[in-house]
Amino acid sequence: MTFSESILSEQCLVQARGLVSSIENGDEDAAIGSLREIGRINETNMFQEIGRLTRELHDTLVDFGIETDISNLAEHEIPDARERLSHVISVTNQAAHKTLTAVEEAIPVCRKLEESASKIEHQWKRFISRDLSADEFRKLSREIGEHLENSAGRYSKIKAYLNDILMAQDFQDITGQIIGRVIGLVQDVEDKLIGLIKISSSVNGDDNRLERKPAEKVLEGPQVPGKESATALKSQDEVDDLLSSLGF
Amino acid sequence: MKILIVDDFSTMRRIIKNLLRDLGFNNTAEADDGNTALPMLQSGNFDFLVTDWNMPGMEGIDLLKAVRADEKLASLPVLLVTAEAKKEQIVEAAQAGVNGYVVKPFNAATLKEKIEKIFERIEASQ
Repeated sequence: MTFSESILSEQCLVQARGLVSSIENGDEDAAIGSLREIGRINETNMFQEIGRLTRELHDTLVDFGIETDISNLAEHEIPDARERLSHVISVTNQAAHKTLTAVEEAIPVCRKLEESASKIEHQWKRFISRDLSADEFRKLSREIGEHLENSAGRYSKIKAYLNDILMAQDFQDITGQIIGRVIGLVQDVEDKLIGLIKISSSVNGDDNRLERKPAEKVLEGPQVPGKESATALKSQDEVDDLLSSLGF
Repeated sequence: MKILIVDDFSTMRRIIKNLLRDLGFNNTAEADDGNTALPMLQSGNFDFLVTDWNMPGMEGIDLLKAVRADEKLASLPVLLVTAEAKKEQIVEAAQAGVNGYVVKPFNAATLKEKIEKIFERIEASQ
């Protein structure tokens, strides 16, 4: 029994004796007072115990280097991951719109090509079966001329839209890299939580010592708006300027 | 002209492949990291290498260094196409002997411009 525990027991004993004599004397107020006092002593004891456990937990966390890691996760890395994931939403949103716009623009161009081709085809069939008057034939040859004239431009428009759709798919690489990093962070959180469970369930920590995570990777992957590295360049032009200053 | 495209994301490899085809380069092959790319380069008579930087296995910068250290491949033109945009990395790539550096996301015109520039320089130095 520690010194403080013996004092507490002593106090409890004094109050218990007071309680017995108050009841024997029929002094109800004094009895309730003694009961309250015993409860208070008990609470003090409990709070001291909680304080001791908290100090022990804190010391153990500091010993394992987990406390700083966890506060870093909570303060920086998780909010950072949230912003990275928001950026993923915005990049995929842009890619989807870019694709939809290209499709919406390309479809009417295709429709015009289709309409003009089928109109010509219909008249051409009539021409083959000698069903066309001279006037109609003149009209048909004018239409064929117009169709050919417009076709090249329309096809290159469609090709440009297809290229836009192609380029819009770069979102998969960019977002894949960002999500990959967030998965790494989730893994890190999981490892830290497992570490905490191991610590709290073990008395002797030696065989449960956590492996320290390896030094941060140097590569950063895609820059996220609002989270850019201090030394990250903002555009291809800046990259070109830097390279030309290096003699490129 | 035979070109090797190295990127761990198959979508990006397809994008680059299609852009190169649009520029008239039809003979391309693909690899998903430096470890697969290097033996292909050593045995495949490639004329040009387009590589990503950040890949599992061997990274693009190490592939570039391996190419420059290989007697037979040392003069192979190399274009890095990567999301890595930090100054230190661009300087490192330049020092390792890269011929061009394109930051993702990029557009078709940028890729075309860089490739043309690389070949203009090679022709001028010959």
